[in-house]
Amino acid sequence: MAVNDALAGTHKIIQEAQEQQGGQLVPTLNDFSQELTTLNLGPTHPATHGIFQNILQMDGERIISGVPTIGYIHRAFEKIAERRPFYQITPLTDRMNYCSSPINNMGWHLTVEKLLGVQVPKRAQYMRVIMMELARIADHLICNSILGVDTGAFTGFLYVFQEREKIYEIYEEVCGSRLTTNMGRVGGMERDFTPVAIEKLRKWLKEFPAVMKEFEEMFNRNRIFMDRVVNVGPITAEKALNYGFTGPNLRAAGVDYDVRVMNPYSSYEDFEFDIPVGTNGDTYDRFMVRNEEIWQSLRIINQALDRLPEGPFHADAPHYYLPPKQAVYKNMEALIYHFKIIMGEIDAPVGEVYQSVEGGNGELGFYLISDGGRTPYRLHFRRPCFIYYQAYSEMVVGTSLSDAIVILSSMNVIAGELDA
Amino acid sequence: MADPTKEESTAAQDTAAAQDPTAQQNAQVLSLLHSLFGEATFSDVHEPYGLLTVTTKREHIHNIVAGLQKDETLKFHFLTTMCGINYPDNLNQELGMIYHLHSLIHNIRLRIKIFFPVADPVVPTLTDLYATANWMEREAYDFYGIIFTGHPNLRRILNVEDMDYFPMRRQYPLEDGTREDKTDLFFGR
Repeated sequence: MAVNDALAGTHKIIQEAQEQQGGQLVPTLNDFSQELTTLNLGPTHPATHGIFQNILQMDGERIISGVPTIGYIHRAFEKIAERRPFYQITPLTDRMNYCSSPINNMGWHLTVEKLLGVQVPKRAQYMRVIMMELARIADHLICNSILGVDTGAFTGFLYVFQEREKIYEIYEEVCGSRLTTNMGRVGGMERDFTPVAIEKLRKWLKEFPAVMKEFEEMFNRNRIFMDRVVNVGPITAEKALNYGFTGPNLRAAGVDYDVRVMNPYSSYEDFEFDIPVGTNGDTYDRFMVRNEEIWQSLRIINQALDRLPEGPFHADAPHYYLPPKQAVYKNMEALIYHFKIIMGEIDAPVGEVYQSVEGGNGELGFYLISDGGRTPYRLHFRRPCFIYYQAYSEMVVGTSLSDAIVILSSMNVIAGELDA
Repeated sequence: MADPTKEESTAAQDTAAAQDPTAQQNAQVLSLLHSLFGEATFSDVHEPYGLLTVTTKREHIHNIVAGLQKDETLKFHFLTTMCGINYPDNLNQELGMIYHLHSLIHNIRLRIKIFFPVADPVVPTLTDLYATANWMEREAYDFYGIIFTGHPNLRRILNVEDMDYFPMRRQYPLEDGTREDKTDLFFGR
């Protein structure tokens, strides 16, 4: 009772201060007379897992208001993209949600393919699905295990990071790099899966479920963990939709919106999988939805790998897809195409395309306007983080500082995607 | 006197619509839009890559988005994204905003565009309808200097606050125009 009375008092003080400052409260000074504390959570704080700031106004341990400041790693990708040919934009997409770069890469390729009208063969589509689902698993593993770390449980993090390392080894085998993958090309993949890649993938698919099971046993019904996350930072479905939530955060609130099912791309309609949904939209639900999505992703990978069709791994689109390097040295046409593609002199139709994929943390959309030039006229990224992080300041009001950290962690805000 | 060519083209459109479910759906959405807000409200209707795109005036945008949100048949409850755009050559329509709406129930997407002069870049806010519009509008303000009347906190969001220009406008080239070491006769760098 006493706490609530004090809270009502401080709310009034804040309201008065807000009215005085014309509706903009950017607290900077500690107000000792009212016993309020201003706390800077970030920009470099180990619990934010990225560079963004929250200025919290605290009454003791309770948060009264949170003002997020973002843009610390804004790199003006949308502006840079206006100067780059299509294939040079792929590395920019890597650096948005860097926990699941392959999904970003494929999303961008799909956008350009839609604009150009390139048909990608089934094998390449299935290969993409495999890589995208691996990326989703890696993304969810990072989010969930670090949520564990933020509640004080370090062991689970170490268990599953071993597995993330193995996923990165598969990436390395498929495309040559690990974190910022720049995987695939417009029109397909840059090379076929090597036998080693397939072998690594099969080995990992056999070993990973046991680790995941162990991880789930460690957390899912753990009393200490549940006390920290159940009913922390809940959000209703209506609010979540109004705030533009997508991905696991929206599904945790009970809305079964998944781009893979609603607007299937890259042959997702061929696979059988379920959309897990939560009920409360709290931290525990977000955690559980991500865990279940990892199992569903495994199902998809297994189906795609078992049914991987034979055939070419890229479209027959010489105007857009780089010829093999050997051919460039020996073959006139290949040299011409190579030169034209690298110099960005390919013909693009005039038009506008919106293509979205289910990213690690929501609907990742690419809105591309082409005026027929070598670069996009305008490229807009719909970054799920940027859109749902707005709700954070509302979600933390009234909670304690330690809850705020857990909520932030469970929302899976990636600074690279937030700022683009 | 009916124009035979016009009749023919509408007939051709109808048969095309009957064959393509997206086109059929878009035609339905368009007729509903016309009945709700009047035919004169929309111009430049087209469907690039199956996504119904309409252009309207900025006076109507708030009404349209609010009406679509309330509408029981279409249920456009989700504002996917919005972004600014700059066409410096279109006189008195230099700046624009592009809205993407999504009806999650029927899985219909709709793109609405508005254009207005760069000298008067004032647009009504959508923050009273969608909480998610808040940062999207701040981003559009930050990049293009579009002013949203009624926005609760229209400040720069990604760039530093003391920046005195709007960097995504086309008049600001990406690279320093005074540098000569990067000029390339053939590729324009």
